[in-house]
Amino acid sequence: MAGQSAIQVAGRVRAFGLFVYDFVIGDDWWVAAGVAVALVVTYLLAHAATVTAWWLVPVAVMLLMPLSLWRAVRKR
Amino acid sequence: MGASALFIAVFLACAVEAVEATTIVLAAGTARDWRSAGVGVVAALAVLGAITAALGPAVSALPIQALRLFVGALLLVFGLQWLRKAILRASGHKALHDEDAIYAEHLSAARSEPARRGALVPDLYGFTLSFKGVLLEGLEVVFIALTFGSNAHQIPLAALAAVSAVLVVGLAGVAIRAPLARVPENTMKFVVGVLLTTFGTFWGAEGAGATWPGSDAALLVLAPCVALFALGLVAVLRRVPAGARPSAAMVKAG
Repeated sequence: MAGQSAIQVAGRVRAFGLFVYDFVIGDDWWVAAGVAVALVVTYLLAHAATVTAWWLVPVAVMLLMPLSLWRAVRKR
Repeated sequence: MGASALFIAVFLACAVEAVEATTIVLAAGTARDWRSAGVGVVAALAVLGAITAALGPAVSALPIQALRLFVGALLLVFGLQWLRKAILRASGHKALHDEDAIYAEHLSAARSEPARRGALVPDLYGFTLSFKGVLLEGLEVVFIALTFGSNAHQIPLAALAAVSAVLVVGLAGVAIRAPLARVPENTMKFVVGVLLTTFGTFWGAEGAGATWPGSDAALLVLAPCVALFALGLVAVLRRVPAGARPSAAMVKAG
């Protein structure tokens, strides 16, 4: 009985995790990973190197979008 | 950021979500039971209200720099997802979002389920279908309104835009009792993708410590650049032959 309810709870936790993943990350995890890397590098450039860093995120978008589209088209 | 830009961005994004939720509720009401579908809507709105009440102050309490980084990152990921789907649709690599087809699909699934009475509703399936649809689409509405509103220090305006969008779409759905197929949803999704990507890029970089040339005026350059870039990608992808014709399964997605 207890084992069955534990399995049910685990199933719900898994379903919730999948929902959050789908909601936040979506179809292509490369995009989320690329955005995270771009923001970390922007932070480092702006704080550690005190270099002009506003351009980095737009450049990342210009690279990530075609890459993600290419992956999507190739899959079909 | 101008108040009108914030209002338009939140209104359009929330209207798209509201159209999708309305389609599901209409299918639940038509195929099953209107009272159960209605109770599902009310219950989902109550849950969304509780989530907003809990998250709103928490998000507002974050320091502005951390908030912009966090919200910018989420908006950017979200925006790129929307834009990616919109570009694939516009270039013929993904079936266009068709509310009529989605409505028919929900209707057929709802009709095939046996009736089961719930404690408070005559039809449990109709209630659940409606509740889930409104809750899931509503979460996106809450997310968009909260993130835009808190970042621009204009939560009441963002909330007003979100509520207006939901009311306009909801009332239209109730009035015609049919899927809102005439709403130019694919175009709206493209525009929303551009706006989310623009604001995500701006706030994300600013939150990470970058300073934009021209401050907020950079948005006026960034938005058309993102739009032109996306349109350019559509033009390029139109030249790439689609692997397979869009199927009914593809219609369901997004």
